[in-house]
Amino acid sequence: MADERTIRALEEKVAELRRLVEEDGVDLREELALLERRLQALRRELYESLSDWDRVRLARHPGRPRGLELVKRVCEDFYELRGDRMGGDDPALRGGLARLGGRPVAVLFHHRGCSPEEQRACRGGMALPAGYRKAARIMHIAERLRLPLVTFIDTPGAYPGVEAEAANIAGAIAECIATMLSLSVPTVAAILGEGGSGGAIALAAADRVLMLENATYTVISPEGAAAILWKDAAAAPQAAEALALSAPRLLELGVIDEVIPEPLGGAHVDPDATAQAIRDAVIRHVSELEGLALDERRKLRYSRYRNAGNCGVKAKAD
Amino acid sequence: MPIRRDDRDRYVEVELRRGEEPLWLRCGSCGELVFRRKLQENNYICPRCGAYFFLTAQERIAALVDEGTFQELTLPLESDDPLSFSDRKPYADRLKEARESTGLSDAVVIGVGNIAGHRVMLAVMDFRFIGGSMGIVVGEQLAFAMERAAEERIPFVFVVASGGARVQEGVLSLLQMAKTVAARQKLAQAGVPYIAVLTYPSTGGVMASLASLADITLAEQGALIGFAGPRVIQQTTGEKLPPGFQRARYALEHGLVDGVVPREGLREELVRVLQVLEGVTSGG
Ligand SMILES: [Zn+2]
Repeated sequence: MADERTIRALEEKVAELRRLVEEDGVDLREELALLERRLQALRRELYESLSDWDRVRLARHPGRPRGLELVKRVCEDFYELRGDRMGGDDPALRGGLARLGGRPVAVLFHHRGCSPEEQRACRGGMALPAGYRKAARIMHIAERLRLPLVTFIDTPGAYPGVEAEAANIAGAIAECIATMLSLSVPTVAAILGEGGSGGAIALAAADRVLMLENATYTVISPEGAAAILWKDAAAAPQAAEALALSAPRLLELGVIDEVIPEPLGGAHVDPDATAQAIRDAVIRHVSELEGLALDERRKLRYSRYRNAGNCGVKAKAD
Repeated sequence: MPIRRDDRDRYVEVELRRGEEPLWLRCGSCGELVFRRKLQENNYICPRCGAYFFLTAQERIAALVDEGTFQELTLPLESDDPLSFSDRKPYADRLKEARESTGLSDAVVIGVGNIAGHRVMLAVMDFRFIGGSMGIVVGEQLAFAMERAAEERIPFVFVVASGGARVQEGVLSLLQMAKTVAARQKLAQAGVPYIAVLTYPSTGGVMASLASLADITLAEQGALIGFAGPRVIQQTTGEKLPPGFQRARYALEHGLVDGVVPREGLREELVRVLQVLEGVTSGG
């Protein structure tokens, strides 16, 4: 049976055998190879049987590569731009200029922070109106300078707070969606952790939408859906299943264009390989989009969103 | 700036109003039993306590347009339950019940009508249909209404009564935010005005997309306007909510809307806006 405890026990056994081989010169290569194959198979089995709730937990894993640190691995260079020019700068939604595949791009991303203080300042990656206004400002810069726009999404949602409401968080998100849809430059969004409702789609109304294998993208958190519809917080795993929030399901539904594979065990197992896979996919999609004429790209983007979800309606019965 | 409480910030939903049409309706706020005809003449405002009764889409349309001018254009579409969603109750059953109790195919009614002779495209949400939530059908109707308004070069009037995106259609509901925003740009390209009327409630995904992007935004007195619901805010942040928080007057004082209008003055307010814009769409 593939469970994490069995795998860990096997990993320890393999490490012990390897030590014996290396230190004491005992010839156990055959046994070692056999165990390693078995371990790999178990890892694959465990990984392939992940439930949607498992993926929610992987997307939230504390060791998952995220935010600024991840963007620095994905891009060759990053020059941060700050402030919404209207009185605020939100550390939970960052952005600026970067080089990607040897060419300049504009990037936007959610940031949750590393140190406890930074995490508090970033409110767990829940951005404020100032963050979304800065994002819209950077989108306009991308348009003026003809830079492809690349967004990296990882947020539980926009911040639900009194000040955020007073500063019109709803309007700031709406403005981001409208601006992103109106750009003439290519736009690529990659959902890397949690893609939580309005706070996510504000950066995801792109020509191409990619998702890491264990990222989630959802209209409401499984906990929120469990509370509202099941009236039972314990129903979150069922809600996760029902919401179709996983990358494979969203690929089937045509919501996203590509699933970016993660290392066996999840992105946190190998952040460098994860960053490389994101980088390759984003560069490929940007250059594909650049190969299309502006009119064609505009037409495709409009029909993508104009027809979104139309598989889910039918002619009235009577 | 101190936030004043609205004089009438109570909206009441009356159980009796679901289904058949009773002669008498009970005010959910003060308990008064009011003769239906009298309530209708009083714009569905309780004559005793002043509470606003929730309006169905049909009642709202009747209160706004010139009699006999409304021509419904709602597309004959219904949700196909794309996720085969089921919580404690299958979504398919919820849809069926909502259809039967409201007579609607989903949470919005669209059509053309005249307001004091001004021809407009109307989209009016109905809170009775799964909380006025926006799923694919609602997104589709709104996008169609805006495209038609752009083609016909007539102003688009959107009356919002929605708690947000429809959970049971998952991310496909979230995408309706992008769909309606994309279609809204057709209005802008055609130079056609878009007027939003925010009522109780105007929150969540509808507010974080189309409803926030009007040229002129009016709030019905007492309307609830915001992104996150008050309960979510309290649970997540533990913050104390100021008096009148997210109500129409709060929205006005924080620069979110152009005006707060009592229900009985809404039609006249729209007439004033349409009059001042007279001729704006004939130039192109
Ligand atoms: Zn009353």
